[in-house]
Amino acid sequence: MLSPRALVLRAPGTNCDHETLHAFERAGAIGRRVHVRSLSRRPALLDDVQILCIPGGFSYGDDIASGRILAIEIRARLGDALRRFRDRGGLVIGICNGFQVLLQTGLLLADPADGRPLASLAHNTSGRFVDRWVRLRLDPGPCRFLQGLSSEFDLPVAHGEGRFVTRSAADLARFETAGQLVLRYATDDAGGATNPNGSLADVAGVCDETGRVFGLMPHPERFIDATQHPAWNGRLDPAAAGAGLALFAGAVKAVSA
Amino acid sequence: MLWEVEVRAVDAAADRAARDLVAAAAALGLPGVTAARTAASWLIEADLPRGEIERIAATLLADPVTDHCTVAAVGGETAGPPGLPTAVRVLPRPGVTDPAGQSAQAAIGLLGMEVTAVRSVRLLHLPALSAADAERLAWRTIASDAIHNVVVGPLTLTSLAGGRTWQFTQSVVRLEGRTDHELERLSRERCLALSVVELTAIRDHFRTLGRDPLEIELETIAQTWSEHCCHKTLTAGYDHTGPDGPRRYDNLLKETVFAATRQVREALGPADWCVSVFRDNSGVVRFDGDHDICVKVETHNHPSAIEPYGGAATGLGGVIRDVLGTGLGARPIANLDVFCVGPPDTATADLPAGVIPPRRLLAGVVAGVRDYGNRMGIPTIAGGVAFDPGYVGNPLVFCGTVGIMPRGTATLATVAPGDLVVVAGGRTGRDGIHGATFSSIELSSASESQSGGAVQIGHAINEKILTDFVLEAAAQRLFRAITDCGAGGLSSAVGEMGAALGAEVDLDRVPLKYPGLSATEAWISEAQERMVLAVPPECWDRLAAIAADEGVEATAIGRFTGTGRIVLRWEQRVAGDLDCHFLHEGRPRPRLVSRAVRPVAAAATWADTAITGGVGSCLLTLLAAADVASKEWIIRQYDHEVQGGSVVKPLLGPGAGPADGTVIRGVLGRDRGIVLGVGLRHRLGEIDAHAMAAGGIIEAVANIVAVGADPTRVALLDNFCWGDCRRSESLGALVEACHACHDVAVALGAPFVSGKDSLNNVFAWTGADGSRRERSIPHTLLATALGQVDDVKRVVTPDLKRAGSRLAIVGLSRDDLAGSQITAAGLATGGAIPAVDAARCRRVFTAMAAAIRDGLVAACHDCSDGGLAVAVAEMMIGGGLGAIVRLADVPYAGRDDHGPATDLAIGFAESPCRFVVEVTDADADAFAARFAGLEWAWIGSVVAEPALTMLPIGGGLPTIIGLDRIDRAWRTTVSD
Repeated sequence: MLSPRALVLRAPGTNCDHETLHAFERAGAIGRRVHVRSLSRRPALLDDVQILCIPGGFSYGDDIASGRILAIEIRARLGDALRRFRDRGGLVIGICNGFQVLLQTGLLLADPADGRPLASLAHNTSGRFVDRWVRLRLDPGPCRFLQGLSSEFDLPVAHGEGRFVTRSAADLARFETAGQLVLRYATDDAGGATNPNGSLADVAGVCDETGRVFGLMPHPERFIDATQHPAWNGRLDPAAAGAGLALFAGAVKAVSA
Repeated sequence: MLWEVEVRAVDAAADRAARDLVAAAAALGLPGVTAARTAASWLIEADLPRGEIERIAATLLADPVTDHCTVAAVGGETAGPPGLPTAVRVLPRPGVTDPAGQSAQAAIGLLGMEVTAVRSVRLLHLPALSAADAERLAWRTIASDAIHNVVVGPLTLTSLAGGRTWQFTQSVVRLEGRTDHELERLSRERCLALSVVELTAIRDHFRTLGRDPLEIELETIAQTWSEHCCHKTLTAGYDHTGPDGPRRYDNLLKETVFAATRQVREALGPADWCVSVFRDNSGVVRFDGDHDICVKVETHNHPSAIEPYGGAATGLGGVIRDVLGTGLGARPIANLDVFCVGPPDTATADLPAGVIPPRRLLAGVVAGVRDYGNRMGIPTIAGGVAFDPGYVGNPLVFCGTVGIMPRGTATLATVAPGDLVVVAGGRTGRDGIHGATFSSIELSSASESQSGGAVQIGHAINEKILTDFVLEAAAQRLFRAITDCGAGGLSSAVGEMGAALGAEVDLDRVPLKYPGLSATEAWISEAQERMVLAVPPECWDRLAAIAADEGVEATAIGRFTGTGRIVLRWEQRVAGDLDCHFLHEGRPRPRLVSRAVRPVAAAATWADTAITGGVGSCLLTLLAAADVASKEWIIRQYDHEVQGGSVVKPLLGPGAGPADGTVIRGVLGRDRGIVLGVGLRHRLGEIDAHAMAAGGIIEAVANIVAVGADPTRVALLDNFCWGDCRRSESLGALVEACHACHDVAVALGAPFVSGKDSLNNVFAWTGADGSRRERSIPHTLLATALGQVDDVKRVVTPDLKRAGSRLAIVGLSRDDLAGSQITAAGLATGGAIPAVDAARCRRVFTAMAAAIRDGLVAACHDCSDGGLAVAVAEMMIGGGLGAIVRLADVPYAGRDDHGPATDLAIGFAESPCRFVVEVTDADADAFAARFAGLEWAWIGSVVAEPALTMLPIGGGLPTIIGLDRIDRAWRTTVSD
């Protein structure tokens, strides 16, 4: 079996592309960073790829709102290509800024009637950017990235706009029933709540109905090695893998099966 | 047609800024401001119908889930939310960089529409209020005089367009026939920062050419000869009278700091691991088999005093470009920042007019570093904040960057005749004119209004794409040399690169943000996010293609020649013509007189409250002191984990306690690490500059050795920030500090690889009685240590690991309280000056590194600010465990009353080069063997019970403080 191929999409202001590519490679994929302009010129680059990742960063500066401009560019130039990619079985993951982009492109949690987003990631209730570690609880539902992972693990978040909100309470209930709210902020060992941004229902990550499109605010690529955990020293085996690697391995396994 | 689009959060509860406004109004005593709303507004100048503007608003500017938006033609009546009839708009001043506006304009292009201009505006909706009060509230909260205009009520603008194209003219500046007094005035009025001696040398040079200089030529010389660009004070000759008698230097920097590096490198011989020091934009050292690493720390003090957010952001942007512009380009992989500001509780009434209160200033610089560093995707991993009344009005803002590059490329850069002069990145505007000379002039309370042209606003995303472009072009070897466009703008960048060859530049080809800049303005503007490259003509097409792919503007504006002249042209006509040799070698070298006396130490005296309260009460006071208390509110705003290399973070352990040095992997997937630490003993600056400098360097090195850095691979950086350098005593302190740098570096075998100075940090104001007053900052040396570790899996952090371990202290404690936190807190006065025995420090560092490498150390913390008691408390916070400390067992060589004063001295002295170490029983013997012959002792143990127990030396009752109280005191902190 050939190694699966992952395409890490970058745009002006993307800044987690190198370590995300590294995470895919550690998980056994063959990865490649591609600029959105190049992909727009040659959407066929997606043809021999099984996993598409929109990594973290501040695409186009996030000056208007997180992910907005890149989402417009993707909708205008790559919308059809991405839908074809998903429909032929490709996996799409958006991390942090990539999650913000996915919601705004309409590829994730959109109104089936008009393609408009039903959910958004608003400014944190604290009003500011925060870099901290959170405890996550998993309810994998249909999500192809999360099958077989342990039910609780730690990952870092680093964002100013990560508060998950939906257009209406009914929308939230529907996503819940469909098992799409796959990742939630949980309480840590000391019993403290770790929701860092005021997200509705503690939502940290969601997937679409097919389980093939997945977005999350935490950064799995920042916990590939045990040494990336803030309390690893003297407590974790420094040569061990971090919990985030399992998520990339999950994607690799899903497309290799 | 000018349109305004207002975007407001649907959910009023999400409008934090509105709550801040209401609070600020109450603080100002403005009646009736019980509610407010804030919004983003966008002014769009476009030849488009309303429907298209509405499409832009709905698709681009507003979030369909969370926002409400309205579109209106500017000038018409707009109704605010109910009960909030007063509209206040905060706009960027014309010419000030508006990143959001630029991004919006570009994004509108993606929607397939063309607009003339976009400006981003903050819109405040307030209750009925007088225009004066509304304006005052805006200035007090979100507007900054240096970059904003505030408009109350409807806008009267009709267009956002800029000025007209400049018409070529040559303006001659007459130097002939002027008196010294007139020359001095000319320098001041033109903001040239040139001395009469220098202006006379310039006049004499042009006299040989039979003419006076043109404005553009004089400006070029002023930029090149500025303190900022050529360090004329530190490289001057000195006739020094010091405590040990007279000494003479022809070039102070060369004979102290540089000399130390040369001695260390000579001693290393073939094992020399320095690659390029003190010549490029940053210092370069060996890292692993295929990479070198580089480091630079810069200051941006004066701009930050006037506009904290923009000043700090562009300070960071500048030092990132220094790294990017090193060798054939280096990838920035870590940032650090250190701020020195006034005490957070300084009453506004006590501040001279025009001074930004310390708390607001700190919030501004933190936000500036946050927004720039986070957007760049470079982790901010190290730093610190020092609070001192001496920094009111003249704060210090240090920003540093570490980079990595392919081994061997650092020394390849050479410009060849015929290479194109290429400017890449942001466009050029009037922002930042006279930054280099401004930084060499004292600040005054009028600076905020006088020097607006010198304030730059950063646009991080432009720098990010510029970085992506440069690194790709570097990988393909498409340029022969590169440098950043920093202080002095193109004049310095092209001048430096063409120093040997000369260059011709067509200034009319420099891409401008808006029309109207003169040739001189285009040449000296310090507009941000630009690099200059020397590109072989045959590489131009490929370089241009990469620029287009990355969305970067790159323009060939001239070529390097070989004539030894800098020739400036505007539409084919000569606008200026300078001899490179005169420009770079013609500056008269001053000889300065400096004086320093041996500092006298007073005996330590403890305040009654310290004696009666004892070590427990003093500890809680120090933990809550602004310098010591948790900086979590700052650290968490910085992305310190991006790029994925993080190993030791600034906050760590289950309790998120403070770190010493921080560690990242140099290359993902490999185990070799980079360790970063800083040292700052500014409180000794006015007492003993030598001890201040030596103590700072030892602290920086101890920081990284505590984590496990290899002490034979430590690179040092110096950043001198000095006060009034017209006084021979200030210069004397500078000479003594340079001595200390030399002696400590040589003794440790740790070379300086780069440095920077910022002199004349003097704040002047008019006192209440109308008299002119001025104050210099405390002499401050920031020392930065860049270390390396063979295997990041073997590093050690300060958080306590397990109950039952032993605690040791390494190093000797004294009653050397001068400049310590305990004296700053008013709990003691006097005390000996902390002396550094650098040779002994080297032995301690060597033993500590070996013990860590051998796995004998479970936790290790450098014992600095707040001394032993604070160090143990911080280790407990990180680990969530308790400790018992027997003060009587601590090796101590100070005055001893066998009672409470000795307990306090042992608890809180900041004697240099000490470590608190956790060792398991199993490793105790091996650890002891490692430290044989050095001063150290077992002093206690780690316990599960979450409390600190300190046993006094006299054998009385122990002091017991719960971890919860320790934790609470440490987290009682200032924040914005």
